[in-house]
Amino acid sequence: MKTVEEAKQDASYKSALTELLYQLADDDFIVAYRGSEWLGLAPHIEEDVAFSSISQDTMGHATMFYQLLEELGEGDADHLAHGRTPAERKNAIILEEVNGPGHYLKEPRYDWAFAVVRHYFYTLAKKIRMESVKQSSYEPLQHVAVKVNMELYYHHMHWKTWFMQLTGTQGEARERMLTAVETVLEDFGGVLTLGPKEDEITKHGLIEGEEFQRKRWLQEIKPIFESLNIEMPKALGMKRGNGRAGEHTEDLDSAIDTLTEVYRQDPAATW
Amino acid sequence: MTLVKDSVMTSLESVKDPEIDTVSVIDLGMVEDVSFEDGHVSVKMLPTFMGCPALEIIQKNVEEALYKVEGVDSVEVKFINNPPWTSDRITEQGHVRLREFGIAPPPTHSDSGEWHVDCPYCGSTYTTMENIFGPTACRSILYCKGCKNPFEAMKPVSTIM
Repeated sequence: MKTVEEAKQDASYKSALTELLYQLADDDFIVAYRGSEWLGLAPHIEEDVAFSSISQDTMGHATMFYQLLEELGEGDADHLAHGRTPAERKNAIILEEVNGPGHYLKEPRYDWAFAVVRHYFYTLAKKIRMESVKQSSYEPLQHVAVKVNMELYYHHMHWKTWFMQLTGTQGEARERMLTAVETVLEDFGGVLTLGPKEDEITKHGLIEGEEFQRKRWLQEIKPIFESLNIEMPKALGMKRGNGRAGEHTEDLDSAIDTLTEVYRQDPAATW
Repeated sequence: MTLVKDSVMTSLESVKDPEIDTVSVIDLGMVEDVSFEDGHVSVKMLPTFMGCPALEIIQKNVEEALYKVEGVDSVEVKFINNPPWTSDRITEQGHVRLREFGIAPPPTHSDSGEWHVDCPYCGSTYTTMENIFGPTACRSILYCKGCKNPFEAMKPVSTIM
């Protein structure tokens, strides 16, 4: 098990570790941002409270991962969150996708089915990753994982409830949910991959390999899909590319542009 | 030296949660370790929920309170993640003070996942869950069918979840 100092002295270890931390941080950061865009637009007031609370927690998790990077000398956490270009980001493409047509401030035609499916599938994948990094070779990451996992319990329960109820019904709700499942799965391989540096990441015992994570994810989703009479996915694709390799869509460009607007005005400001 | 340490602890007792002013950081079980040496106080604290925006305010308030203690020249307050904060760290006194504020203390986590929460106002057990997520990350919203009041409860969090 390695401490901050030990990790800093081992160049190959540090490079694999920072790669994984950027993936964990960037995933949470962008999915929390997309979640926050739903504030005021969720189906009912209770959901507004719940979804914004979940997004706030998730942004807190991103902050913790950025702080772990800061400790390793990668730079100030605020800068890592706001100052990096889209091409430098490692998040999965499905997490950067807009919530739907329209704009937050102008005629948002956001798709609740897509939100439920994306957040449920992602939370499940995150749970599997956190359980895995609880045994990570990097001690500070282990500690953060234990903490994240406790909060994730509620997020998972929340999205699972929505998913079961909307998909388990008839008519438009089920149809829209099934369409969303198809859309999300086409790119969901991007969440479950560790990217081009997978071998280095697993070699150093930082997290279990992506094949294992895919299997676990499918194993967890199987009883849910079966109970709802949904066909199991034939593939978990990366239709639009691999975000871990820096491949992204315009949706990320516009998101980064919007969310860094205040930061760029005065990067030294305290907030 | 022990005298200064006592004053340090008393001073920590005076630092309240910015959103629940009857409950101190000690009551919440957020203080993991306090050490004092040659006028330097070092406090290790545990964050309750990670996204909690009150953490920075709490840190600042703890620092300010400790600088007021006679014999203290320098202060370091640090948040650590190990051990993780769990809701059973809230003290008995913390439970009493939470109820005073109108917030039910965290229920113990049962295997069935069901919560048993009594109304902090009238003590009735006849309560229903309105929303697991509340106005802050650490709280949920419930309703008392006894006295017909909505109320909040601290969310149970534990490492076995």
